[in-house]
Amino acid sequence: MSLETIWFGIIVAFWLGYLFLEGFDFGVGMLLPILGRDNTERRVMINTIGPVWDGNEVWVIVAAGAMFAAFPGWYASLFSATYLPLLVVLLALIGRGVAFEYRGKVDSERWRRNWDRVIMIGSWVAPLGVGLILTTTVLGLPLDAQGNRIGGAFEAVRWDTLLGALAVAGFALVHGAAFLALKTAGELRERARTFAIRALPVALLPLAVLLVVVQWREGALWTLVAFVVAVFAAAIAWTRLVADRDGQAFAALGVTIAASMVTLFGALYPDVLPSTLDPANSLTVAGTASSPYTLQVITWVAAFGAPAVLVYQGWTYWVFRKRISAAHIPPVHTP
Amino acid sequence: MDVLELARWQFGITTVYHFLMVPLTIGLSVLVAGMQTAWVRTGEQRYYKMTKFWGKLLLVNFAMGVVTGIVQEFQFGMNWNAYSRFVGDVFGAPLAMEGLVAFFVESTFLGLWIFGWDRLPKKVHLACAWAFSLATIASAYFILAANSWMQHPVGVTFTDGKPTLNSIWAVLTNNTALAAIPHTIAGAFSVAAAFLVGIGAWHLWRKRKSDDEHRAVWRSSIRLGGWTGIVAFAVLAITGDFQGKLMFEQQPMKMASAEALCHTEQPASFSIIAVGDVASSNCEDVKTFNVPALLSFLAHSDFTTEVKGVEDLVTEYQARYGTNYPDDPQLGELAGQPVDYVPNLPVTYWGFRIMIGFGAISAGTGLLALWLTRKNRIPDTKWFPRLALLSIATPFIGNSAGWIFTEMGRQPFVVVPNPSGVDGVWMFTARAVSRLTAGEVWTSLIALTSLYAVLGVVEVFLMRKYVRGGIEGVIPPKQTDDSEGKDELAFAY
Repeated sequence: MSLETIWFGIIVAFWLGYLFLEGFDFGVGMLLPILGRDNTERRVMINTIGPVWDGNEVWVIVAAGAMFAAFPGWYASLFSATYLPLLVVLLALIGRGVAFEYRGKVDSERWRRNWDRVIMIGSWVAPLGVGLILTTTVLGLPLDAQGNRIGGAFEAVRWDTLLGALAVAGFALVHGAAFLALKTAGELRERARTFAIRALPVALLPLAVLLVVVQWREGALWTLVAFVVAVFAAAIAWTRLVADRDGQAFAALGVTIAASMVTLFGALYPDVLPSTLDPANSLTVAGTASSPYTLQVITWVAAFGAPAVLVYQGWTYWVFRKRISAAHIPPVHTP
Repeated sequence: MDVLELARWQFGITTVYHFLMVPLTIGLSVLVAGMQTAWVRTGEQRYYKMTKFWGKLLLVNFAMGVVTGIVQEFQFGMNWNAYSRFVGDVFGAPLAMEGLVAFFVESTFLGLWIFGWDRLPKKVHLACAWAFSLATIASAYFILAANSWMQHPVGVTFTDGKPTLNSIWAVLTNNTALAAIPHTIAGAFSVAAAFLVGIGAWHLWRKRKSDDEHRAVWRSSIRLGGWTGIVAFAVLAITGDFQGKLMFEQQPMKMASAEALCHTEQPASFSIIAVGDVASSNCEDVKTFNVPALLSFLAHSDFTTEVKGVEDLVTEYQARYGTNYPDDPQLGELAGQPVDYVPNLPVTYWGFRIMIGFGAISAGTGLLALWLTRKNRIPDTKWFPRLALLSIATPFIGNSAGWIFTEMGRQPFVVVPNPSGVDGVWMFTARAVSRLTAGEVWTSLIALTSLYAVLGVVEVFLMRKYVRGGIEGVIPPKQTDDSEGKDELAFAY
């Protein structure tokens, strides 16, 4: 296998890591007003992701940075072509990140309510935008021979990319509910679990439809296998929730998103951003890759860096493995 | 304004804004890790309280640094896609390394540090603080290596109209980077130092009549800040001098612009300050107060070196890189137009002076603070805390001016051609910008600027609130591992 292909895989893996990890902290943010009935409950919810959301967010930074390093042409075309959606994602990530840190810094009901709103809106908008952008790179855009977008600012907003937006947001919602069921105790946990059971079939529907569309248009036999795995894992997740096994349900949802990414990006390969105007303009793995030397350099970095990240991030989850309930939340404390 | 101009404003605004948060995070995180080390080693309460107090301010600031950094990373692809395609083979590698080996460490261990009080063993918890703070320096290193490559392209061959990386080692040990890194890190420490001195002095003045731990905390903070500021300034001066010599060699036009030096001089005098319009084409309009032969010394370590002026350099650049922009549609309206090789002189000239002047003020305050608090003295005059509070702003201004100077000084190039860089590797800024609609860039410029403005107000508000709170609310660490009790989180949002 060529280094280019390996790097295509690594970048998909970074995006998968991002959707899997930040997926659940987006979900927690989305559910804040739905499952959190009072301030203490909302604090329980936020504290389930408190120590880890920032580390989760770095996955998007590394995914984009790796695209820049390994496939500069892909990075350059995709992010300029999806300019406004990406801007909206950035605004959402900024607002949400600041809101987590600042929410508890002033003891006032109004202050908290406003930041809760920012968390909630940011947690919905960001996965919708990320979903739209990732679907765009799979389904393509009208690109000219230089790899620049032809047409207006909203070229990337179509029914099929909007489906992708709903797919990622829907996944994040269910994933977040399963995570809350896993990480909280008592009444809140029951509510999260019930919510996940009810929401799962509806919330994962856009993802299933998207996969069917992509499989229909571009799929191969092995991407079909991945699609079946995704659907199967989602069904398992549902039964595990019903059986009161949160950890297994959460893991099964991880398999769902992983298999979905394999279907989507397997169907895309060897393109990285197809041109809907003329297949000759499509950006490909080979056409946008950096030089073999650059790829070798970053391969060494990734070979040592990525396992280390998995180890110490894994350790973080181990350190903060306890379930949290209202009893663990200290009183509001500001100077 | 056209897309190019808008994209440049956006880059300038978002970068300077981001760089208000970053230096404070870098400097303060190392100092806080040091405070915590002192606490773990001595068990003294004042060090614990210092760690908690300054750590809290660090966190308020860190959040803003992270979120504004994400914008920086995506901006290259959004606004500067032609640049990204041109330099991706070399520029992307340090950027990816920053993420993989530095930023992951930073954000993960910060999370462990914030939430790990009472949960992790003391020494492991301390190690998290060091992992976080050293990773902030590693981050700066990779980003500056990437930036330095734009100032001085090395480690590549030029093939098919593009630079191709052939030595990552050359990029990571670029002499421009090796000079820029200690300079920038020292700038970061001077920000944190002024912060410690300013806030410490204000609190010490408020508690001057009491006789308790408060005074010990604020006095220690001031003295730590004072020493840090002085050492940082020394490093700034030494590395700055070294950078000047590299600039003379690598970017003669930037050197001439820093001085608004119109005509070639030998020996060249250093201008302290100017009266009149430094941008005037007719150099006689400007009266500058000069130190004879000093510029020659700064440029090349002897008092007789010839330093080229803007006018001669323009002729040289025109001969090398053409008098007009090429007829490339990517250049938009500028295609075929004459190239202006002279950076914005008022900006470069004053940027350079503001950087040095404001950098020096905070070091002066640090020195004064050390003098006033010598031998356990507690100053009780009002002017000192006022001065110290005001001088918190000075290294911020100095840092921003330094960046504006260094980035504006390389115009009209985004990747600068230079005598000791790789021949043929350069790119006009006008060529680098994405083919977007002006509406798109306007939207992002307005959206980001207004969001940054709002968040800036919130950050200052919170900083003030927490600064005023002092160390009154610091909860002492748990003495034993009480397994009964409610097992409350030591820290919760």
